[in-house]
Amino acid sequence: MSEFVQFCFSGLTVGAIYASVALGFTLIYNASGVINFSQGEFVVIGGMTTAVLIASGVPIWLAAPIAIIAAVIAGMTLYKLAIEPARGAPLVTLIIITIGASIFLRGLMQTVFDKQIHRYEGFSGEQSIAIFGAALLPQSIWILGGSLVVFVLLVWFLSRTKAGNAIRATSSDILAAKLAGINTNSTMMLAFALSAATGALAGVLATPVTFTSYDAGVLMALKGFAAMMLGGVGSPAGALIGGILIGLIEAFTAGYISSDYKDAAAFLVIFLVLFFMPGGLFGMVRVERV
Amino acid sequence: MKRFLAATTILATLCAPAIAEIKIGATLAITGPASFLGDPEAKSLKMVVDQVNKAGGINGEMIKLIIYDDGANPNKARTFAIRLIEEDEVVAVVGASTSGTTMALIPLFEEAEIPFVSLGGAIAIIDPVKSYVFKTPHTDRMACSKIFEDIAARGMKKVGMISGTGGFGASMRKQCLEIATATGIEVVADETYGPKDADMTPQLTNIRNAEGIQAIINPGFGQGPAVVTRNYAQLGIELPFYQSHGVASNSYIELAGKASEGVRLPATALLIPDLMAADDPQKEVVLNYISSYTEMTGEPVSTFGGYAYDGLRLVLEAIRAKGSSKPKDIRDGLEEIQGFAGVTGVFNFSATDHLGLDLSAFRMLEIRDGGWTPAK
Repeated sequence: MSEFVQFCFSGLTVGAIYASVALGFTLIYNASGVINFSQGEFVVIGGMTTAVLIASGVPIWLAAPIAIIAAVIAGMTLYKLAIEPARGAPLVTLIIITIGASIFLRGLMQTVFDKQIHRYEGFSGEQSIAIFGAALLPQSIWILGGSLVVFVLLVWFLSRTKAGNAIRATSSDILAAKLAGINTNSTMMLAFALSAATGALAGVLATPVTFTSYDAGVLMALKGFAAMMLGGVGSPAGALIGGILIGLIEAFTAGYISSDYKDAAAFLVIFLVLFFMPGGLFGMVRVERV
Repeated sequence: MKRFLAATTILATLCAPAIAEIKIGATLAITGPASFLGDPEAKSLKMVVDQVNKAGGINGEMIKLIIYDDGANPNKARTFAIRLIEEDEVVAVVGASTSGTTMALIPLFEEAEIPFVSLGGAIAIIDPVKSYVFKTPHTDRMACSKIFEDIAARGMKKVGMISGTGGFGASMRKQCLEIATATGIEVVADETYGPKDADMTPQLTNIRNAEGIQAIINPGFGQGPAVVTRNYAQLGIELPFYQSHGVASNSYIELAGKASEGVRLPATALLIPDLMAADDPQKEVVLNYISSYTEMTGEPVSTFGGYAYDGLRLVLEAIRAKGSSKPKDIRDGLEEIQGFAGVTGVFNFSATDHLGLDLSAFRMLEIRDGGWTPAK
């Protein structure tokens, strides 16, 4: 019993991190149809900036917002300098631009920060809490809570606010959105800014558990992308459930089968789901009217 | 063609009149995934050359260092090695930072007959012995021997292992399993994790539940061991815990925090300069290296920079002792080096041993109050 709970805690913690990366993917995808492969770098900007600020004596409640603002600036700059000038280009081109941007950001972080691994103390200390004979880190609750809050805010934002509706309209038909008086450029910029903020928040929350370094974003983006595919591209609920499912599959495979097959098992499940449900668990099948 | 070029290179070197410059080459992973190795290595090499040239060179000749950055890519490393041999006409080469790049270069230097002092860890570099290939880092097999020696001395019989799946962890895991069989210690749990994984509590839960387990060993590199150490504390495991020489640096203690208290690992003298006995043969060279490196770079020293520091100093010692900078003489000179105190250990090369270190190069350390102490 205590093992089972322990594996659950492990899976939920790791899964919530994947989910929060996937939520960032979802936001940009919903605005532009672009999968932003520099999403992992936003996570690292969040974690690294916080770590460096804390190391120089800034308290966490101040360091975290600064880190998120830094990522938002990076996200908006990325859109302004790299995506906007290429707006007419096909989607694949835009996606490749984001891959280029991620390599650029990694190089930049090597020089702005360093090549070392960083971490800082968990927000509520390091003493683990015993539940059913299993040990849970307080930071895990922060991470889980953080991704739930981001999820709720995201759903509310996309469906209940004017700006959110503008984002969805832009994604569905950019010309129609323009005709309806939506400033699609600033709408896209908003999506990049929010997605950078989401990523950076994930980084701020996760770094005490995952650690961070200039190149940590690659794996983050890969797992987050896998989570989004599993849950269904573009669906916030899919991103959340997909991330947590992958985390749980990894933890249970490592615990009950063999740690060697941990990653393989997660990708096997994704493969099977996509084989039978090509849209993912919560994906909408797009109907094209001709 | 390559053979011809190599042969002419050697002829040219042999026929050249006494040059006032000794050219030594290096191809290191200064950038890229192994930059944590190549960066301090390159800085250490430059430092040695500066120091030696300021003091008047070796045998009255100045040293010229030619460094290339191969980014740990074996193909690039090969290109640079050929350039070092054919264009730069170096008399000896220090480096390739990783075992992978080293293995790709060995045939080139063997054929060109240029002494090659590798900074890679794998035992395959010098076993079997190749006439022109040497190396300065101790092997992971030696680290395993040191750990199992300590475990046996504490009277423990059953251990668990949790290893990283990266090159370092995978290779060391294999060596440790072999050493365990040889010393009669049973490995009752054998788990792995990915180098960038964020949580290893499932693996550790299984290891803790293994019957009769008395100690845990974690061969790994980078952030993985620090995460394992934190998870170990999170689960409240009380068993003796061994890390490898791969995390023998202060950044491991910083990352793992209080959880690292009581962890034991085999490491070089570089970590405990102040705790060395006054008559320790390495004391002077270690203190020298630490003070000049930190003064030059403003960064703390690392074991890896020490490998390069020793490698170049060994080559220069061979040149000095032989009074010649011909590649053949350097090779012979290296093989004759005895009792040479380096940062990594005391080197005793021979025709059958091109590593020259024994287990005494490793000291078993224990982390106490956030610092290193010799384990008792």
